[in-house]
Amino acid sequence: MADLKIRIAKRCAKEFKDGYVANLGIGLPTMVSSFLPEGVHITLQSENGFTGLEGACERGEEDSEIINAGGGYVKVSPRVNYFDSATSFGIIRGGHVDATVLGALEVDEKGNLANWIIPGKMYAGMGGAMDLVTGAREVVIAMLHQQLNKKTGVSKPKILKECTLPLTALGVVNIIVTEMCVIEVTKVGLVLTELHPDYTLEEVVAATEAHLIVSPDLKPYDITE
Amino acid sequence: MTMKIRTAQEAIAGLKDGMTIMVAGFLGTGSPEILMDAILEKGVKHLTVIGNDGGLPRGWYNEYDTPRGIGKLLDAGAVDHIIASHVGVNPLIGKGIIAGTMECTLVPQGSLAEKIRADNFGLGGVLTPTGVGTLAAEGKMQIEIDGKMYLLEKPLHADYSFCRASICDDFGNFLCNKATKNYNYLMAGAADHNIVATERLVKAGELDPDTFQHSGVLVDMIVEGEKPWQI
Repeated sequence: MADLKIRIAKRCAKEFKDGYVANLGIGLPTMVSSFLPEGVHITLQSENGFTGLEGACERGEEDSEIINAGGGYVKVSPRVNYFDSATSFGIIRGGHVDATVLGALEVDEKGNLANWIIPGKMYAGMGGAMDLVTGAREVVIAMLHQQLNKKTGVSKPKILKECTLPLTALGVVNIIVTEMCVIEVTKVGLVLTELHPDYTLEEVVAATEAHLIVSPDLKPYDITE
Repeated sequence: MTMKIRTAQEAIAGLKDGMTIMVAGFLGTGSPEILMDAILEKGVKHLTVIGNDGGLPRGWYNEYDTPRGIGKLLDAGAVDHIIASHVGVNPLIGKGIIAGTMECTLVPQGSLAEKIRADNFGLGGVLTPTGVGTLAAEGKMQIEIDGKMYLLEKPLHADYSFCRASICDDFGNFLCNKATKNYNYLMAGAADHNIVATERLVKAGELDPDTFQHSGVLVDMIVEGEKPWQI
């Protein structure tokens, strides 16, 4: 599982161009910054109020005035800039964040995204997620292709014809990166652009509820350095 | 000129059961702890609290940590209704909702910031694309402008706002260090009574005026005695 997540993070990292401003969700998305291609330097935003996030602190290095949006103590780069929450979300909503990488509970054929609530189960609030996916220029969904039910051992698709959970936003997803493949969201639907050599096309289709259009230019899943 | 400096007890003398308050901070960072302590001491209950989140619950970083920021008010059972963007970190909110003792209104974080700013700066609301087509749009007016849909997010006002400064002068001009800014520059001014608790208090003119980032015109009372958070 950890290897699959590293694979996904490595592939997501290839979406970044030098000079990008990015916001990474917690968990797998945070790993993406460890795998940036040679020569690609990005500026990370922390939505609680700064740009220039560098990563988690070692014990003893913490500054009580610098936390990330998850409440963890973090390091900052020399070009850090701190601001209030209105400016922070102005930067997000105003299209000044080039890319965001987030996990998802469900994504559908129209690029609709559900990743903030499971009614009756998970009640955390949307935090900054709705603003992020609405404002960021490119929304990259990084997730395992299917949802594994740990009790029953049965996996079920997360890439659906239509989301069933309450949405985070309408039609915002640009690209979906899973351990199996890369899918681009286009006006005509979901286009499979890269396939990992560990899987067949049939296996990917079987693990996906949504209709997949196979790109005439289908490539192997690319995580080369 | 009216002096604004008060003790924490004096500053909240008019705070009553059932009032609406704003508390700045992000998971406790940038929250005015001495004002939270004064509220607990006074024993005010049934508050409606506007803030980013539920602060930190007891024992978040270390087992001996006290609750922090809004977490103190939740821990004391002083909150009936919380208006916030993320409440997953403080389990007392989820428990309160299930038990039926607490109401929670969730607002996307950027919209929450703008609703507070709108009230502070005299706007009838803000139009945001965030939340269109989601549960966050329920009960809100939708307006199409040049072919794009927006939600009307109305202003949020409070009886009291409680903010935290790193440095404040005796007129109320203040500065918040690093990532402690968050809602402090939005909430100070958005209430009938705007109180700033500061780590360091200086005389007006003592420091370069460019030091300060938020206007003392928006501050009604100043309380000295905030301490840096001990890690």
